[in-house]
Amino acid sequence: MTIEELNQTQADETARQQALDERIYCCTAAGCISCGSEDLRRAIAEQVKQQGRFDKVEVCGTGCLGMCSRGPLVLASSGTALYGNVTPSDAAAVASANPVDRHSLADRHIDLNGAFFARQMRIVLANSGRVDPEKLTDYIAAGGYRSLAQALTEMKPPEVIEEVKTSGLRGRGGAGYPTGLKWELVSKQISPTKYIVCNADEGDPGAFMDRSVLEGDPHRVLEGMAIAGYAVGAQQGYIYVRGEYGLAIQRLQTAIKQAEREHLLGSRILESGFGFRIDLRIGAGAFVCGEETALIASIEGKRGQPRQRPPYPPESGLWNQPTLINNVETFANIPPIIEKGGAWFASIGTPSSKGTKVFALAGKIANTGLIEVPMGTALRTILFDIGGGIPQGRFKAAQTGGPSGGCIPEQFLDTPVDYESLTRIGSIMGSGGLIVMDDSSCMVDVARFFMEFCMDESCGKCIPCRAGTVQMHDILRRMTLGDASEDDLAMLEELSGLLRETSLCGLGQTAPNPVMSTLRYFRQEYEAHIRERRCPAGHCHIEAGVPA
Amino acid sequence: MKDNRDKLLERAMSRHQYSGDALIEVLHTAQELYGFLSPERLKTIARKLRLPPSRVLGVASFYHFFSLKPKGEHTMVVCLGTACYVAGALGLVEVLDRRCGAGSKVSVQTARCIGSCGLAPAVIADGKILARVTKESLGAELDRIG
Repeated sequence: MTIEELNQTQADETARQQALDERIYCCTAAGCISCGSEDLRRAIAEQVKQQGRFDKVEVCGTGCLGMCSRGPLVLASSGTALYGNVTPSDAAAVASANPVDRHSLADRHIDLNGAFFARQMRIVLANSGRVDPEKLTDYIAAGGYRSLAQALTEMKPPEVIEEVKTSGLRGRGGAGYPTGLKWELVSKQISPTKYIVCNADEGDPGAFMDRSVLEGDPHRVLEGMAIAGYAVGAQQGYIYVRGEYGLAIQRLQTAIKQAEREHLLGSRILESGFGFRIDLRIGAGAFVCGEETALIASIEGKRGQPRQRPPYPPESGLWNQPTLINNVETFANIPPIIEKGGAWFASIGTPSSKGTKVFALAGKIANTGLIEVPMGTALRTILFDIGGGIPQGRFKAAQTGGPSGGCIPEQFLDTPVDYESLTRIGSIMGSGGLIVMDDSSCMVDVARFFMEFCMDESCGKCIPCRAGTVQMHDILRRMTLGDASEDDLAMLEELSGLLRETSLCGLGQTAPNPVMSTLRYFRQEYEAHIRERRCPAGHCHIEAGVPA
Repeated sequence: MKDNRDKLLERAMSRHQYSGDALIEVLHTAQELYGFLSPERLKTIARKLRLPPSRVLGVASFYHFFSLKPKGEHTMVVCLGTACYVAGALGLVEVLDRRCGAGSKVSVQTARCIGSCGLAPAVIADGKILARVTKESLGAELDRIG
């Protein structure tokens, strides 16, 4: 495909879509699929045919529409009417040209101007509800691959990097390292071979942002990676995706094939001198592989164990070559930054954290699902306006950052969500999992739960993590059984400091975070378990009587 | 039907030019074909990829995905991600542990977040995701597959 052909495809496809009466989108993200959205899609398509509208109506799949709790979701009237909990028996009503027929769906109509949508800002998820993830032409019609074309024809690699630096984009995997700086580091390495790696090993329990982006808009990630390859001088990219994400893998494979066929990937992209290949690497179920040096080892076919840094991957990464590793969401932000400019992106968010962040809302909250908000949005807005509040019981804590993060209590609900603010209150931005707990959750058991996770996932290479997580878990377990003393509490705090200071990689260094943050805000619960042998949340089964 | 699994595994290795870097891909293929990785299979792979057997076993045992023992006829994977944990997934594990003991056709596993947090608690039954599972609905599913 040449640039002229890209423009032509965009114009043709847009014209074709506009000539239709409507497009009906069925959410085909993993959440809705498990609620039966594929059968629903077939049923609607069948009805469209029966009602003789097949040349005027297109039924397509689309990425996550956000309100996973109301799935399966259908977005009709070319994206202006959203319905939840739609069943195949509603297919005739959905497919009908007569608006009266849709009255039977009135009780399941979801207001697109309601707080859930109005408070969001979609950059990364802009194509969800607009683009069929399995159709390249859909992505092109929505302006896809234009940023890559623009970078290749109008910009020199340093200009691309400058634009990313101007945008103020920071790594969305959780650590928040400035993306532009990382790109610059890699671009300055003198080496004939460099690699781009997309970290899609989203392992935090409670996080499904990357999965949704890959399932809903795979081409956007490929485009972002290709732009990165051009900027830093790499010809080969790898996407390391979790083995658990079957659908994301399948959609990525389809997208890579489509892009290669149209010369949007491969050699001589868009007839330029630049070539870039992308291969998939499927993870095999090891949380530690989210750590960049472990991920590199895993791509090389080895045990996913981290190594000492420096050297950092920008100097010596995959097969000892300079390697740029970014997260899925980071790459997904690149095409809009190139298209609209770094200054535009920098105008969104807070002084230190720019742009938007995708969060996966889950736990005790009315609207579980996928959301995207500008950085700096207050936690209260996210949980109560967008999330719809707590269905039963009382808000107790919000957990961010998974096993490396912390629990945020009620008094900090007005904290703006950005990298620094969350760190200040003892949690982290993390990759975007946001789990809400109500007063039925015991914070000691939550800490135990995360410690068990870290204990199981510790790779065993360094002793503080391998042995420390086992010891900490044992103390927490005994606490939940009412079999711990004040000395244990002191030991728990000592071990927390030890793991943080002496572990080799992020997994061990951050493993004590859930313990430290719950100790900071919910110490009375620990003390109740120890002194009174009582679980204030009524969650732990503590047997009566004095322990032996 | 002629068993062509050996041939398919061979083809996967040759596609990667018998490179040791492709060990994880090859193990994925082997597991897909045979359901698990037997010691003999690991030895064959080690020989073909010219890797020490210790390295192959080291990798196969490191990753949760690879199973060194044959699985039951059915598998039930309970997600123990945070959202599922908050929604009571541990209760589901108890049900499975009680009903699917030794000799059961069902292999019980737990997973570290399958990323379907909107559907918590979730269970993957033979590859299909069951949403908002209760002890009762899980029991019914077990009755169904016998």
